[in-house]
Amino acid sequence: MAEEKKNKNPFKSVIWKSIFRVQVPQDRRGRMMQVLNNVFLHLHPVSIPKHAVKVKYTWCMGGLSFFVFLVLTVTGILLMFYYVPTTTRAYTDVIDLAETTPLGIMREIHRWGAHLMVITVWLHMFRVFMTGAYKPPREFNWAIGVILLTLTMLLSFTGYLLPWDQLAIWAITVGSNMAAATPLLGREGPGAALVSIGDINLVTPLSDAKYGLLGEREVRGGALLRFYVFHCIAFPVVIVVFMAVHFWRVRKDGGVSGPL
Amino acid sequence: MGESVKHLVNVFSSPTISFLTLFAIFFFIFPPTEWFAAINRRLGIYKLWTGKGGVFIFTVMITGHCLSLTDPNYRAIVLKPDNVPIVLLLFSTVFFLWLSMKQAYANDARLAQGLKPNEYEVPEKRKVLVWPDLVYTELIVMVLCMVGLLVWSIVLQAPLEEPADPSLTPNPSKAPWYFLALQEMLVYFDPWLAGVAFPTVIIVGLMAIPYIDTDRSTSGYFSFQNRKLFISLFLFGWLVLWVYMVIVGTFFRGPGWNFFGPFERWDPHKVAALNNVNLSEIIYVIALKQTLPDNVLVREIWGILLTSFYFMGIPPLLAKFRLKGFFERMGSMKYSWFMFLSLMALSLPIKMILRWSINLKYMIATPWFNI
Ligand code: HEM
Repeated sequence: MAEEKKNKNPFKSVIWKSIFRVQVPQDRRGRMMQVLNNVFLHLHPVSIPKHAVKVKYTWCMGGLSFFVFLVLTVTGILLMFYYVPTTTRAYTDVIDLAETTPLGIMREIHRWGAHLMVITVWLHMFRVFMTGAYKPPREFNWAIGVILLTLTMLLSFTGYLLPWDQLAIWAITVGSNMAAATPLLGREGPGAALVSIGDINLVTPLSDAKYGLLGEREVRGGALLRFYVFHCIAFPVVIVVFMAVHFWRVRKDGGVSGPL
Repeated sequence: MGESVKHLVNVFSSPTISFLTLFAIFFFIFPPTEWFAAINRRLGIYKLWTGKGGVFIFTVMITGHCLSLTDPNYRAIVLKPDNVPIVLLLFSTVFFLWLSMKQAYANDARLAQGLKPNEYEVPEKRKVLVWPDLVYTELIVMVLCMVGLLVWSIVLQAPLEEPADPSLTPNPSKAPWYFLALQEMLVYFDPWLAGVAFPTVIIVGLMAIPYIDTDRSTSGYFSFQNRKLFISLFLFGWLVLWVYMVIVGTFFRGPGWNFFGPFERWDPHKVAALNNVNLSEIIYVIALKQTLPDNVLVREIWGILLTSFYFMGIPPLLAKFRLKGFFERMGSMKYSWFMFLSLMALSLPIKMILRWSINLKYMIATPWFNI
């Protein structure tokens, strides 16, 4: 009898136990093991200073940036099932996302989430600044943070082109015109004419920084493909690597900062 | 009554007036030096960073926002789906600014009494277990965030404009909102500066901060008094040169990149008289009543001298006189970086003011580059 009753409790079943290596802990030791024995939780230390768990200290903005990034990854993968990055299909695929695909708010979550992540990352940086948490020994982690900030904005920027509507191509046109103005390397940039061998000018609309960014002279199908690859593969992979280093450094630099 | 207030706000929001006002009062709100701090105390500005001050700030912001929503032009720009994040940015920035300054001033008061900051715990009692204390908070915050994002996504449909048409340039064409500060700088600087040099300096400058400001004693808790110079300059860069510019770029720039007040209709036919002149013309033609010299170097020598003095003359002079103690504390390497970044940031307001006061177009205008 007793044996059977025990088995009905799902938290004590063989399957449950095989997944979660420890039971819901009740004592101090158990609680420490909970963190140590879980691949996700072990990003955390086992115990941390009291002030560092308070929302008013960290504002949770670093954690939220990461969480929103995860949401964007999941919704982004779902969007990739339906979206084809060609000039003939991109726009209509985006319309279909709202009208014919199941769970028709994936695009909304992805778009508003992208805006949100830019904001949370800015606010995170602001918090780190205001608590002086960038000072030694955390100075290099701040520099990694700046790279993460740049990557976040680049991710958002490359995603901006994908709906292939007027807003998209003209915003990217405004942005990529800046590349054309790069000193020495842009077709309209200062000193571009200096980069030449004899009479042959090396910086032309077919070889300058803007061309390198777009893969063609203006924002057309080639740029769409290029931005798609940047947006869905290159930048996410790079940002994940930097995030890993960032989190690692938070721990190695002594955990979340606090007064000496 | 309502109309005249709206008119007033429209006039006030124009970058000329709003920026100058902001520039004028900013350093009294966030005093970089003791001189400013004394005035801040005398005027009682620090009271903004208390519970009551917070209520005041938010009552003003929220009432203003709600009243303005009755205006169709204001509604049209603020409720545009892609502009909603900027409203969120504005409110959350002000909120967190208040939150951090409140904690900073509370800690300053404690330090002044010889106490440790609020974040400090005696070593034996310092630590709490991550499970459940932190994990629990994280879970709640994640759930709240997800709920917020879901509601936002259900209420507001993601916009989609007409299909891309390379032959039809919309007016205005705007970069994504988080880059609008750079696009706004295009009004005052050439693209190679606004679009390439400034972003590079911003990224490098941000990375340089911890190598310039290395005082560990103010690390790990909110504080203001002992860090006022750095906080003040950082906030100036972030709030005024970035967030404010983003807001101007999004809300107040309409067709032709002309300025439109928050209660003004975006009229595509508005023309603003643009009659900008270069420094060389101001000196040779207007002041000296001569013709422009043919030789570029002669023509531009004044701008070159002024710009070189700005970047290479001011820092040593300040180090010798006004900032002597600071220079000695920092050492020449950190000091030079500090000055370079500060002068870079200040070059923007300077150019803006020169544009508005004497219609200056370029300090240096050469066939190869303009500054
Ligand atoms: C994708 C963007 C980012 C993610 C996901 C992220 C995540 C995190 C997390 C989870 C923490 C732990 C403490 C906390 O939540 O505040 C943290 C700390 C930190 N972050 Fe970030 N971060 C990002 C961007 C940045 C940026 C832009 C900066 C600065 C420019 C930065 C600088 C730092 C520093 C210095 C710490 C240590 C703070 C302390 O010890 O108090 N991070 N980050």
